[in-house]
Amino acid sequence: MARPVQYNINDKPLEKPYSLVSGPDGFEGQGFFAAKLSDVVGLARKNSIWPLPFATSCCGIEFMALMASHYDLARFGSERVSFTPRQCDLLMVMGTIAKKMAPVVKQVYLQMAEPRWVLAMGACASSGGIFDTYSVLQGIDQIIPVDVYVPGCPPRPEAVIDGFLRIQDLVGDEDLRRRNSPRYKELMETYGIQ
Amino acid sequence: MALTNEIIRQNLIEKFGEQITDWEEPYGMLTFTSDKDLNLKVLQYLFDEPTLGFRFMTDLCAVHYPEKEGKELAVVYHLHNLKENIRIRYKVFTDIKKPDVFSATALYSAANWMERETYDFYGVNFVGHPNLKRILNVEDMEYFPLRKEYPLEDQKRTDKDDEMFGR
Repeated sequence: MARPVQYNINDKPLEKPYSLVSGPDGFEGQGFFAAKLSDVVGLARKNSIWPLPFATSCCGIEFMALMASHYDLARFGSERVSFTPRQCDLLMVMGTIAKKMAPVVKQVYLQMAEPRWVLAMGACASSGGIFDTYSVLQGIDQIIPVDVYVPGCPPRPEAVIDGFLRIQDLVGDEDLRRRNSPRYKELMETYGIQ
Repeated sequence: MALTNEIIRQNLIEKFGEQITDWEEPYGMLTFTSDKDLNLKVLQYLFDEPTLGFRFMTDLCAVHYPEKEGKELAVVYHLHNLKENIRIRYKVFTDIKKPDVFSATALYSAANWMERETYDFYGVNFVGHPNLKRILNVEDMEYFPLRKEYPLEDQKRTDKDDEMFGR
């Protein structure tokens, strides 16, 4: 019996059995290709982001769905979820962060090597959410800089994929000198880092 | 003979007389109150007396009654006699300006962390506790969050205002 709701009724055939990202803009000739270094590095970085899940509550469950076969974050080059901060590029904070947990989040962030990005998933990580109380950190941006906020309580995996694509845009377009710029240092100093 | 509330009461009255007050039995659980300086004597008696034998402390907590002048903080002990499977509740009251209560850690080891928790949230100063410091909240918290004069919400936030969030 057919299910009452069907997805993908019009099956779209794949153009190729594999997919590739298109190369950066540049000059091509016989035996050479010239492009901006930052474009090439950005392309490589944005399609091989290693996420570090910092899952403390229900958003973490949603993240498990995101990593599983149905939503499959691996399609975007994040096959490997790493649990050691030293190898990771993207810190995904998912769930309520109690004030007592705040130093732990900060330490994990500090252990990550530059360049690093942060995604705050869900209302709690972004703003404290419904936990407007003395024991809960009112948004992780009070202790570490956040690149992308994903709203929702919890957000659907599609929303997190969208947030992840925003991170990819940031990673791909980032200037190679950004992390050495005075502005970035100033930002870090507002969080008391370095 | 099975231990009943009436036997416990008779025993306590025999020993302490008028010093134990406010006898109650809400939902069948014997509840009584005494002066806070007497708390260790009463607990020791409940622990040692063979007919009573309250050897297990199930819970220790505090309650804040801002309207009771001079008796703002109640420290509540929940004791259990495992043999007879009977429970009692024992309260002492203290002034919030000088919230000193003797620690029950020497008698019940379970009281150690529960007294720390009670100190953490209500600021009850347990005299004689081996390690009275915060247990659940962050160490640099400057107040006792479950006292009624402090609102639930974090007061340091500026982006949540009364108009939008009903604070």
